[in-house]
Amino acid sequence: MLELLKELHSPKLSQALLGEVITLADAFTHKFNRKPVFMEVCGSHTMALARTGLKTRLKGHLTLVSGPGCPVCVTDQKSIDSMIALAEGDNRIICTFGDMMRVPGSRKTLMDAKTEGKDVRVVYAPTDAIGIAEKHPDKEVIFLGIGFETTIPILAVVLKEANERKLTNFSMWVTTKLIEPILRYLLDSGEVKIDGFLLPGHVSMILGTEHYEYLAQEYGVAGVISGFEPVQMASSIYHLLKLALNGEAEIVNDLSSIVGANGNPVAQRLMQTYFNPCDEEWRGIGSIPNSGLDIREQYNHLDAKLKFEIPAIEVRKTKCRCGEVIRGLISPPECRLFGAACTPVQPVGPCMVSTEGTCAAHYAYTRED
Amino acid sequence: MNGRITLAHGDGGELSHRLIQEVFVAAFGDPSAPMMDASVQLVPVYKLAVSTDSFVVKPIFFPGGNIGKLSVAGTVNDLIVSGAKPLFLTCGFIIEEGFPLKDLNIIVQSMAEEAAKSNVNIVAGDTKVVERGACDGIYINTTGIGSLIEKSQPKISGITEGDSVIVTGTIGDHGIAIISARNELGLQADVQSDCASLSVMLEDALSSATTIRIMRDPTRGGLATSLVEICEDFDITLELDEEEIPVRPDVQGACELLGFEPIYLANEGKAVIIVGREEEAKLLDVLRRHPEGANAAVIGRVSGTGKGQLLIKTVFGSTRRLHRLSGILLPRIC
Repeated sequence: MLELLKELHSPKLSQALLGEVITLADAFTHKFNRKPVFMEVCGSHTMALARTGLKTRLKGHLTLVSGPGCPVCVTDQKSIDSMIALAEGDNRIICTFGDMMRVPGSRKTLMDAKTEGKDVRVVYAPTDAIGIAEKHPDKEVIFLGIGFETTIPILAVVLKEANERKLTNFSMWVTTKLIEPILRYLLDSGEVKIDGFLLPGHVSMILGTEHYEYLAQEYGVAGVISGFEPVQMASSIYHLLKLALNGEAEIVNDLSSIVGANGNPVAQRLMQTYFNPCDEEWRGIGSIPNSGLDIREQYNHLDAKLKFEIPAIEVRKTKCRCGEVIRGLISPPECRLFGAACTPVQPVGPCMVSTEGTCAAHYAYTRED
Repeated sequence: MNGRITLAHGDGGELSHRLIQEVFVAAFGDPSAPMMDASVQLVPVYKLAVSTDSFVVKPIFFPGGNIGKLSVAGTVNDLIVSGAKPLFLTCGFIIEEGFPLKDLNIIVQSMAEEAAKSNVNIVAGDTKVVERGACDGIYINTTGIGSLIEKSQPKISGITEGDSVIVTGTIGDHGIAIISARNELGLQADVQSDCASLSVMLEDALSSATTIRIMRDPTRGGLATSLVEICEDFDITLELDEEEIPVRPDVQGACELLGFEPIYLANEGKAVIIVGREEEAKLLDVLRRHPEGANAAVIGRVSGTGKGQLLIKTVFGSTRRLHRLSGILLPRIC
């Protein structure tokens, strides 16, 4: 496994591919009189493109726009405030992904709540929250479930476990997002011109390649499913350029070793069993119909939104432009707060906190000063 | 020894006396030595170096060491990377009521062993016991006093473009060992902490190579943070080659899983050294003769002065700037 990883990190192979990519990108510019624009949908790609230096090397040849695929970043302020408010109740244990700890709410962060003495715990595996609930029958254990299709099946497993074990002190606060409605929103709005999508390998493993056919058939936009290692990303951008140059709208699976046509049916079934489509609020965008999944009625007893009352919180307005960043409208340095008032140590918006955030990637890996 | 620490062990009375005699003096010193409120030492020195550090690592016992070994190695390493030969240590213990005496003995014993390796004497100590819940088992503070090695001080003024950056072994071992030992992240990696005193190896290095410019021990914040500090403090630019940085495969694997970068993980038995290129091979040879330096490697070069930046070469042939660690949630690693 590590040997394979080494090959996918090979400087020789990476740089040879980079040369090919640059040649094709320049050919595109020559043919269409403008640079090609691709959107990496997923936050993990944003991070990997910046970390490996690929984004820097492609500067001037093609534009990579970061998309809306970082789950923390697209969560609207009201949801974040609600999750933090939930932590402030007595006799509760809040379990969360680490990324959420320092996301700024209107009044405070989960980390602040922890410092004030509230029991807020970071878990890597959501199923750990089940064990915590069993260990503390006298406390209400609440898991903060955010994520895209990569995470939702795992949340479903947690609900299944909690239900089967008849836990009465466990519940989940869910605000999940789906990839198709947001891509449709971006394409329908026409705010950014995109020549193709770099599609995330892990989401695709769940959804399958056929899921993306609407991009090609309805919108005439190409998509390539890519892994996250240097050689894989360079290869997928190469495929995107080939398609764009020839004006072909196709979905190409550049990660066929793990992504199939129909995805993972077990994971899909789990999602359907425990969740229902619902309207979701997106940061900087607003509500998009059927763009998320909520817990099904028959599992209401596990739904923290129904179990606990959340006081109304006035949402604090800042000059944070995360909403535009996740739509690909601006790059992080175009926000006046970036690197000055907003840094990973003192973040103003979630894009600077999350390990998949566009601003965090930019701050860590492409900032020069 | 069975039993547990009680509040009475910290009241300064009979039980305190017994604890000092039976545990600390037994491990660290000669019980027949005259008892005073301060220890008196005869020191032929050129210049003194003093360093202090507190240890609150969780868990107290971890693969490759424990809080006691760490508390000696940590302070010894701070002295030797500053060019000082460690002579004496003091130690202060804050112990939670109920702490098993058996565990205390193991901790104290490994402190004595680690001190002996570096030929350093533990000459003064203090014990306080706090009520149950007021601390998490045991905390240790050590203060080290060393004598600057007159003939072979690192000389930062000699730093030149092309100088070599050497790390004395694989990085990130301590960070992953601690994460794994805490069993919080569902990660079970068979990684030992690198926790070790480096004074013997680095004294050897200092006396063998005359062009050592600076040494640091990259603990919290990892290799990257230590090197960023060097770059900023001395206004030099360093360029690292990611491919050359030694990382154990299981540490690399754990990092891939958890989204960490080895260059930001803590080390407790590593030094990073900048040395004149002409002595690079010789220094590597000296370091590799010691078990703590078996995997020593050249990981980069001084590429310029005036900018104060740490750069790393990427697989795509560009360089990117490395910054200080910001934002990893890993408290109490040392």
